[in-house]
Amino acid sequence: MSTIQPNSVWPSRPTLGGLSAFQSLILLIVLIYLPLVAYVMFANQLGSARSYMLLPAIPAVVILYAMSLRNWRESPIALIGATLVFFWLMMAVAAPYLPLLDPNKPFAPYAAPGSIKNGVTFLLGADMRGRDVLSRTIWGCQRVLVWGITATSIAYIVGAAFGLIAGYLGGWWDEIVSFVSNVLMSFPVMVLFILILNYLGQSGFNIVVAVTISSAPAIMRIVRGLTLDAKTRDYIHAAQTRGEHPVWIMIVEILPNVRGPLIVDACLRLGYTTVAITTLTFLGLGLQPPDPDWGLMIKEASSAALVWKFSYMLIIPAIAVSTLILGFNLMADGIREMSLKD
Amino acid sequence: MLKLIARRLAQMLLIMMTVTLILFAIFDSDQFKRRLAVSELGGFGVSMLSEADYQGWLERKGLNKPFFERYVEWIGNVSRGNLGRSVEKNADVSTLLGERLRNSAILALAVLAIMIPLSLALGVLAGMEEGSLLDRVISFGAVVSTSVPQIATAVLLTVTLALGLRWIPAKSAMIDGFDFRQLILPVLTLLIYDIGYVVRMTRASMAEVMTSHYIRTAVLKGLPYRRVILRHALRNALIVPFTLIFLQLNWLLSEVVVVEVFFQYNGFGRMLYDAAIFGDVEVVQAATLVAVGVAVVSQLLSDIGYVLLNPRVRFV
Repeated sequence: MSTIQPNSVWPSRPTLGGLSAFQSLILLIVLIYLPLVAYVMFANQLGSARSYMLLPAIPAVVILYAMSLRNWRESPIALIGATLVFFWLMMAVAAPYLPLLDPNKPFAPYAAPGSIKNGVTFLLGADMRGRDVLSRTIWGCQRVLVWGITATSIAYIVGAAFGLIAGYLGGWWDEIVSFVSNVLMSFPVMVLFILILNYLGQSGFNIVVAVTISSAPAIMRIVRGLTLDAKTRDYIHAAQTRGEHPVWIMIVEILPNVRGPLIVDACLRLGYTTVAITTLTFLGLGLQPPDPDWGLMIKEASSAALVWKFSYMLIIPAIAVSTLILGFNLMADGIREMSLKD
Repeated sequence: MLKLIARRLAQMLLIMMTVTLILFAIFDSDQFKRRLAVSELGGFGVSMLSEADYQGWLERKGLNKPFFERYVEWIGNVSRGNLGRSVEKNADVSTLLGERLRNSAILALAVLAIMIPLSLALGVLAGMEEGSLLDRVISFGAVVSTSVPQIATAVLLTVTLALGLRWIPAKSAMIDGFDFRQLILPVLTLLIYDIGYVVRMTRASMAEVMTSHYIRTAVLKGLPYRRVILRHALRNALIVPFTLIFLQLNWLLSEVVVVEVFFQYNGFGRMLYDAAIFGDVEVVQAATLVAVGVAVVSQLLSDIGYVLLNPRVRFV
C-alpha cells in the first residue's frame, strides 16, 4: 500500500513515544473533540461525570498546539492562525474551570466594562439583562466550535463519499451525483439554509443537516477532481491488479493520497461553517436561546442597545467570531503555502 | 462554440425544472399545507378544526388534487407571472417581489460598480510580482477582509461610523423615501468581503500568467515592463476574474439576507427572511424560485463569457 506523499503536511516522524504524528493527532482529537461534543450535546445524560469530563482535554490542547508550532515553524502565517484557533479551542475546553460568572444569570444590567458592581468585577461589562459579557463570549465559543466542527465533518464524510464514487466509478454514477450537486449548488447558500430550516424546524441538528446539504456538493466536486487524477496513477492500477475491492481502493488507496488539498479546504470550510452558524443564530433560525452564542449576542444587543455607550456588547462577539475565522483562514493559507514549497 | 452554449443551456433548463419540482414537493408537504391554513384561518382557528373540516378546507382550496396536476397548474401560473399572494403583506407576490428585487438591485449595482475596478486593480498589482512587499500587504489585507463575516463587519461599521462618529444613520429602512446616506453602510459591508475575495482570485490568476513563458519572452525581448503588463499579461489574467464577477450575483443574493436584516433595508433578502419567520409560504416559494433563477442565469452568462474570452476553449 502506497501512502508516500511528496507534499505531505504532517511529517511522519515519531512524536509521542513511538506514535507517528498522524496517529497522535487522531488520539488528541479523540481526547478533545469527543468530550466537547458529549459536554455540549448530551449534557443531561452525563450526570456527575460532566464536571470533570473536559479536564484531560486541557493538556491535550496544549500538546496539540506545541506540535503545530513545531511542524509549521517555517510559515509565520500558519503559526498566527494556529495561535488564534488554539486560543479559542482552549477557551472552549477550559470554560467550565475558569472563574467565570454564570453566563445565563442576570447580575447588573448595563454594567460598563471594567466596572465593579456588588463586589464583582465585570471585565467586559454586562449586557442589557445583566449577564456577564466575558463569560458569555467564552461559553459561546464552545457551542460555535462544537456545532461547527460536527457539521463540517459530516459534510466532509458525505461529500467525500459521493466524490469518490463519482470520480472512481464514473459513468452513470458520475452523471447522477454531478447533476444532483449542480442542482444543490444553484441555490444561493443562505436561501438554501432558510428553506431547509423552515422545512425541518430550528435546532442544532438541523443546522448540521443544512450545512451538509449546502457544502457537500462543493466538497464532492473537489474530491471527484482529485480522484479522477489519482485514478490514472500506477499505484491504483497495481491495486486493481491485486484484485482489491473498489471500496477498499477508494478509502485506503485514494483518500489518504489526496489528503493534502483536502486539509486546506477543510480549514477554509470550518471558517465558512462558523460564519453560517453565527449568521443563522443572528437571524434567529439556528441554535435557540438562552444559551450563549456569538450570533445571539449580536442579535440581542443590536435590538436592545444600539448606542455608542453600550456598543461593547456588539463589538466583543463580532471580534470574537472574526478572530476565530481569521485563524482558520490563515491556517489554511499557511498550510497551502508550505505544501506548495516542498 | 454554439454547441457548447446550447449544451449549457439545456443543462440549465434541466436544473431549473428539477428545482421547481423540488420546491413544489417541499411546499406541497402536509406541514406547509397546515401552515398555509394557519396563516389563512389563524392558529386558533386551525386548532379548533376537526380532521374532516380540515380535509374540507383542503378540498375547497383545491389542495388535495393529485400532485402532478397541481404541479402543472403551478408552473402555468408561474410562467404567467402569477406567483400567489402574500398573506402577511396582503399584496400580490409578484408586485412585492418586483419592488423588493429593485431595491436589492440598487444595492448590488452600487457594490459591483465600486468592487470591479478596485479589486481588479489591487489584484493585478499584487499578482504582478509574487512575494513582493506590495503583494504581501495586499494579500494579507484580502485574507483579513474575507475573514471578517458580514455580520461582524456590519457591527463594526455601525459602531464606528454611525454610533461613534455619527456621520451616517445606523439603519437603512428608508421610511421617508430614498436616502443615499442610508445606502452607505449596507454597501460598505457587502463590499469589504467581496473585494477581498475577488482580489485573491485576480492575484492568483495574474501570478500564474506572470510565470508563463510568453511573459518571460516579452520581458527578455526588452519590451517596457508597463507594456508587458498592460498588453500581454492582462488579457489572459483577467479571464477568470471577469467570469467570477457574474458568479458574484449568486453570492450577493445569499449575503444580502444578513445585511438587509441587520440594516433593516427593504430588499429581497429581508422579504425572504420575514416571510420565512412569519410562515408566508407562497412568498418563500416565489423568492427561492427567483433566487435560483438569477443564480442559474448568472452561471450561464459566466460560462458564455468564459468561452467568448478564452480562445483556447472556443476551438476545442
